[in-house]
Amino acid sequence: MDQKSQNGEPLLNVVDASVTPPRARRVIASEVNWQVMVGEFWLVGGRHGSGKTSFLATMAGLQRPAAGSIRHFGMELSELSEPELLRERERVGYVFKSGGRMFSGLTVAENVELPLRYHREGENEKLDGRVREVLEATELSREADSTAQSLGWDRQQRVGLARALAMNPELLFLDEPLSGLEARDRNWWKKFLNTLWEGCPLTGGRRTTMIITTNDFGTWAGGGHRCGLLEDGRWQPRDEKQEWPDLA
Amino acid sequence: MWFPMATIARTGLAEAETARISRAYFRRTGRLLLRLKEDVAGMGAFLLITLSVGILKFNRAKQVIRPLIHAEVQRAGIKLIPMVAFLAFALGSVVIGQTVFLLHSLGAENYAGMVMVTVVVRELGPILAALLVLARVGTANVVELGTARALGEVEALEALGIDPIHYLVVPRVIGLSLSIFSLTIYLILVALMSGYLFAFLENVPLRPSDYFRQLAGALLWQDFALVALKTILFGALIAIVTCYEGLASPLRLDEVSRATSSAVGKCVVGVVLLDALFIVVYLII
Repeated sequence: MDQKSQNGEPLLNVVDASVTPPRARRVIASEVNWQVMVGEFWLVGGRHGSGKTSFLATMAGLQRPAAGSIRHFGMELSELSEPELLRERERVGYVFKSGGRMFSGLTVAENVELPLRYHREGENEKLDGRVREVLEATELSREADSTAQSLGWDRQQRVGLARALAMNPELLFLDEPLSGLEARDRNWWKKFLNTLWEGCPLTGGRRTTMIITTNDFGTWAGGGHRCGLLEDGRWQPRDEKQEWPDLA
Repeated sequence: MWFPMATIARTGLAEAETARISRAYFRRTGRLLLRLKEDVAGMGAFLLITLSVGILKFNRAKQVIRPLIHAEVQRAGIKLIPMVAFLAFALGSVVIGQTVFLLHSLGAENYAGMVMVTVVVRELGPILAALLVLARVGTANVVELGTARALGEVEALEALGIDPIHYLVVPRVIGLSLSIFSLTIYLILVALMSGYLFAFLENVPLRPSDYFRQLAGALLWQDFALVALKTILFGALIAIVTCYEGLASPLRLDEVSRATSSAVGKCVVGVVLLDALFIVVYLII
């Protein structure tokens, strides 16, 4: 783990950022000031169309903010050199919504091992072991040799999670992971994400810091998580003692 | 009074209409030129980015990139060998065989080697191989990359810290360049041999040793170097244009077919212009 993060520096530090969707002028959130500390579990709430996906992508560094600064692990994203950016991306995981954007033509196992093989060369046995470990933890071992596109989108979403976990990220972004899932799958995801948050063998015992978008805070109630609301062009993080807003 | 006034009015209207049409024509031409300028600038920038990524990350992620290059050579090269063989045989029989026959009837069979080298080695071989690869693989490139872009797979690569140019474009540029070079050599050899076979069947009194001596005599060292350079550049051009059309602008799924047609048109024009440039080089050296 980054030394600064261990010493109490936020993993994600946003200062006066302004978030806009790509190729659009609408402002999703202006003057965003937000800090996410090591081991926190944040819920980003908002109604349909409030811009949660663009907000999350911007916080994860996949889109540029229109203004302001976003720092991951104490490093300003816009100032990172190519090798620094690569190292930074290895520490951040991102799970896309609605099927997880699998790479067509690759099997489930190949999707999961792709980031490992790209970033960590020459450790084949270790990499194979890690792929097996992640597939077992996400209960995807049986589908390892199927092409990702042949699976239902709920399973693809799980492959997206496995792919994001392959590199053992310290900071994990998930875009509406429970949206459209059956109750049984929703329970699996909530239980699994809580396990990651608390630390488990898959993360080497380390707590994974998580930021999740949702349009239903009720699903996550009672988990001891923190939350913020994206509404009327403003990002409003809540204090731990404040009540959760109702999005219904 | 009425008649001349009507004529004048009609003439005035016709002039206004002519002026409107010429304004529209100039506006349209201007728009086309601007779009051409934007495309050339965009593709130039894309080429430079690809070159810099290819050089700077030459030795990175070998486990991932090398299999992709092999797959591209397999797809654009090895799988096209039967088609190239068929085309080369047809080219040899129809064009070369008849040319040798014609030269013989004119009593100019001594020029067979020179004509073959000029027509097949320098021009038809490289162009046919390039157009075949464009039709079979270049179009597939635009569809694959355009669909990947439309489905958000490119963003997924970026989220994993994988450079999309390194992963998607560099293997295609290397694969297509190697493939067009190899297919051209194959096409030239088969065409020259089948051409001789056709001439032999037509009872042209030209011994194989004479035919191949003429060919060897007509070939210069520049031919080997320029054919290699030309085919490698054809491959790079087709790969860059098709990848640019598929990746450079965000597409919707219904725009992929338009991007494919546009890429084919640009590649054909690019290949012909590049070939014309090489003709100038041949004339100079």
